[in-house]
Amino acid sequence: MTEALTELAAQLELRQPDAIVSTAIINGELTVVVAPRALVPFVDFLKTDSSCKFSTLVDITAVDHPERVGARFDVVYHFLSMYQNHRIRVKAAVREDEMVPSITSVHPSANWFEREVYDMFGILFSGHPDLRRILTDYGFRGHPLRKDFPTTGYTEVRYDEAQKRVIYEPVKLVQEYRQFDFMSPWEGAKYVLPGDDKAKG
Amino acid sequence: MMDGNFNDALTGEQKIRNFNLNFGPQHPAAHGVLRLVLELDGEIVERCDPHIGLLHRGTEKLMESRTYLQNLPYFDRLDYVAPMNQEHAWCLAIEKLTGVEVPRRAQLIRVLFSEIGRVLNHLLNVTTQAMDVGALTPPLWGFEEREKLMVFYERACGARLHAAYFRPGGVHQDLTPDLIEDMDVWAQEFPRVLDDIDGLLTENRIFKQRNADIGVVSEQDILDWGFSGVMVRGSGLAWDLRRAQPYECYDEFEFKVPVGKNGDCYDRYLCRMQEMRESTSIIRQALAKLRKEPGDVLARGKITPPKRGEMKTSMEALIHHFKLYTEGFHVPAGEIYAAVEAPKGEFGVYLVADGSNKPYRAKIRAPGFLHLQAMDYICKGHQLADVAAIIGTMDVVFGEIDR
Repeated sequence: MTEALTELAAQLELRQPDAIVSTAIINGELTVVVAPRALVPFVDFLKTDSSCKFSTLVDITAVDHPERVGARFDVVYHFLSMYQNHRIRVKAAVREDEMVPSITSVHPSANWFEREVYDMFGILFSGHPDLRRILTDYGFRGHPLRKDFPTTGYTEVRYDEAQKRVIYEPVKLVQEYRQFDFMSPWEGAKYVLPGDDKAKG
Repeated sequence: MMDGNFNDALTGEQKIRNFNLNFGPQHPAAHGVLRLVLELDGEIVERCDPHIGLLHRGTEKLMESRTYLQNLPYFDRLDYVAPMNQEHAWCLAIEKLTGVEVPRRAQLIRVLFSEIGRVLNHLLNVTTQAMDVGALTPPLWGFEEREKLMVFYERACGARLHAAYFRPGGVHQDLTPDLIEDMDVWAQEFPRVLDDIDGLLTENRIFKQRNADIGVVSEQDILDWGFSGVMVRGSGLAWDLRRAQPYECYDEFEFKVPVGKNGDCYDRYLCRMQEMRESTSIIRQALAKLRKEPGDVLARGKITPPKRGEMKTSMEALIHHFKLYTEGFHVPAGEIYAAVEAPKGEFGVYLVADGSNKPYRAKIRAPGFLHLQAMDYICKGHQLADVAAIIGTMDVVFGEIDR
């Protein structure tokens, strides 16, 4: 299995040298990092090339790395070939202000996935036919899966007896959102043990 | 020109505008909270825009602030029709990253309950789809069997639906011998119930008229829209992850992969019926193996709790137990994609770990999300009444689509 993937990786690097930034095989999975601008031709190559035949789009998602210098997000694509029976992961690092080319022209099924990534991370896809929010409420603000978005959100809804309708209000918590950190202090817990604050140096 | 202003003086005809119809979110045939905005020309669907997210609970966000073990029960709440199949994907992802080998008996139990999940799902799907097209008896008969299966769930793990039974490194507890016998009795009787449902539906004239040639899916559509599971097999492609990319110990079980021919709703119905029979046979094979092979059901180590008896005598075991259920176990940094052949199709988890006790990012890949996406494509040109049949055959459950 891994041998076939190594061969595939070598072949990809040979035939698409401009697009590929790096390739790696970890845990028996092939990951290819590509430049965002080369995404559409590269995905098209994966789909049409007879030795790849990655004709099924499995998943598109993103990962937020707020502390990373340069590109904040990783957009991650998974492809599957039902004919060659292998999988590939394609990653592209994008800046917060950068647009990612949409691959809906190659895989129509990318439509909702890209809408979801836009909804959850605020990454814009250029050339997408209908980039609306998909999972969140009508009129929702913010992008929930960014690391700087609080788990509790900003608004809450309730039925107002006086106005006879559902109203939106800022979140009011009776107590702080409790995030228990059970990591051992010597393993990088992010809290100060009681008493430790008195010690100096 | 607005309709109304257009009046042909000679014929007296009026220009007719397409009719927009809101379907759901509270509609018995919407299988949950699906809102469809349909544009109709007479009774023909011109455009179909599904609005989803009404059941969005932010599972992926919540998972980022909980430990790996605390995240497991969220998977029961995704596809709540066949809960354990979802847990399976999560456990596989963790086990792949930590490199844990699951004991043999736990693998057999996992296969057993995955197949029970498949029967649970197909029973619900086949019978409620029949209800969508006008039959009332099948769901009543099917749900009786589902009830029996959920009792097995309860006897194995204490919960009828939200099982939390598959754990990273194995399953929570062993099955009792009489539970194994009772399951076997059920598996012997179940094909007769299937025959009954078969007799109600397969040659039923109305059922056939409503399903045959409706929602036809070709091989190209499968690739374009990323279908998986029965949506693929109904069109003649023998693609099954249990066969193509075997996980657990599926490679040693004998089962057939039923495929359809025409790719319409009726063929998918036939596939599901046949898959239930195959699953029953896998269940019986697994039970036969379970009787012969006793053993531990958890890979004892860092990610699983110690034995109860050990905990009472060994200080290290006690500390381990305490740390496991407070801090949780750590997963080495890395990323993994683990997929299982869930009853609805390929259910996958993409897990990014940063070496701590919580996942950095977990993406849930639900098969129903892609199936529903193709609604517009498949429904175009069909009658309004066929929309209900197509939603039914796509097997959508909003727990997993909205997440």
